[in-house]
Amino acid sequence: MIIEDFDFWLGKAGYFSLTLLIVTFYGLLVGAFIDRTIAKVQGRIGIPYRQPFINILKNFFKRTAISHGVMFYLGPVFRIAGGIGTLAFIPVLYGSEMFSNFSMAGDLFLVIYFMFFGQLGMALGAGESGHPYAAIGIARGLSQMTAYEVPFVLAVISIVIQYDTLSITQIVAAQQGGWQNWTVVTNWVATLAAMLAFLGMMGYSPFDIFLAPQEIPIGPPTEFHSAYLGLMQLNRALFGATKLVLFMNLFFGGATSWPELMIKTLLIYMVAIVVGVAFPRFRVDQGIRFFFKIPTLIGIMSIVYVQMMLVA
Amino acid sequence: MIKSLNTEDTLENAGLTDEEQQLFSNARPQAYEPYPIKAVEDFANWARANSLWILAFGTGCGAIELRPLMTARFDASRFGVAGRPTPRQSSVFVIGGYASVKTLKRIIRSYEQMQGPKFIICLGICPVNGGMYFDSYNTVNQFDQYLPVDLYITGCMPRPEVLVAGIMELQKKIKAGECNGANRYVENFDWYKANQKKVIKNWDMPDYNW
Ligand code: SF4
Repeated sequence: MIIEDFDFWLGKAGYFSLTLLIVTFYGLLVGAFIDRTIAKVQGRIGIPYRQPFINILKNFFKRTAISHGVMFYLGPVFRIAGGIGTLAFIPVLYGSEMFSNFSMAGDLFLVIYFMFFGQLGMALGAGESGHPYAAIGIARGLSQMTAYEVPFVLAVISIVIQYDTLSITQIVAAQQGGWQNWTVVTNWVATLAAMLAFLGMMGYSPFDIFLAPQEIPIGPPTEFHSAYLGLMQLNRALFGATKLVLFMNLFFGGATSWPELMIKTLLIYMVAIVVGVAFPRFRVDQGIRFFFKIPTLIGIMSIVYVQMMLVA
Repeated sequence: MIKSLNTEDTLENAGLTDEEQQLFSNARPQAYEPYPIKAVEDFANWARANSLWILAFGTGCGAIELRPLMTARFDASRFGVAGRPTPRQSSVFVIGGYASVKTLKRIIRSYEQMQGPKFIICLGICPVNGGMYFDSYNTVNQFDQYLPVDLYITGCMPRPEVLVAGIMELQKKIKAGECNGANRYVENFDWYKANQKKVIKNWDMPDYNW
């Protein structure tokens, strides 16, 4: 019995490693694609597709690295643990035994928690680096995060009421059978609030004040270098792709095959890019005020909307 | 791979007060050998050459020539070049022309904080022999007396095209494994330090900025 169980979990872990590999690779590739898209908007050619991979290799091949203490080591590790943890509980492909990961009854809560976890670990690590710009970046990043989490969580509560479940798999299952069943159609108010939060989550303009390359060098990662930075770049790709998969699952009907997943996530990503290339950067107070006004209102409305829908 | 160096041997940090001595490391920098397997080192060099992150630090007139590199006209990101605002993450330091003594201090500080392997490109004629500032009271004439230089791009002022050509040349040299400035700096550390301290009179920082 125990042995059988062990085999089952070993198989799960194997499948999960495969998912992890594919999602990270896809995240890096899509990152290059997005960079090239932005370059085209600016009239440039942009980086080659292999550039994100080379950057990470280069960082791992650096000959020296210095430390600022234990938390400094743990920062990037927490961050990637947050990324892997988030992915672990999201079913990547609906109906596929292989790619449903460790999805279970209450995974939606766990996923939201893990999304926080990585950021907090990073904040501790960057804080230990002792660089003033890192501290400023963290203060801005965390306050912006608190702000965009409000509409996002409101939207999530709305769809939890709508589908009466906390399982992502069941939420995806409820959306099967054509686009008219997707959350974006059945509960467009919640989707709108979540997509506004998504802009903040992806960290593109107008909500990239916490990185702000021109003002506070690059915020939290200022002191990170070599392999630490390599880990963080890996996580950026992984975590970015994971968030896209989560949004696809919650609002756009999930995916039953890899090509479907890639097309859908790319289109979701494009929302952040189109807004990003068209708008200048918000100051942090402007960004926070923005999230607390219209998106939060829409989030509250989405809960009212879903209650009315259920009554009707 | 660390080359065996006497690690007992620490730096004096004579420029610091007693209180500050506690705050800074007095360890000596160390030289690094290439990976023992040649294919691995070649691969690492290929990755390093194709991902050159330039420190956004402008010195002299040449700083103005660095900016257009990232614009639509020259678009150096095609070659894997990117700007980095922090020395920790950058691998290329472009000395954009003359280095005044005051700036030299900051250049040394930033260079030592960069993680190896790191490369220096000197832009313009000033870092070679002083150029038109050869008799100035506050610029250094031969830059390679103070830090190891990997590549010179001469002219007064070289245009961004030449800088791009220089970067491609640097890539060739890195791929061939010829750019070992960081190691040269460590191996001749005392000589470089003596030269630096000769011109920088108010030396109030640690001997090596970790
Ligand atoms: S080489 Fe010419 S342009 Fe460059 S720093 Fe010297 S004087 Fe200025």
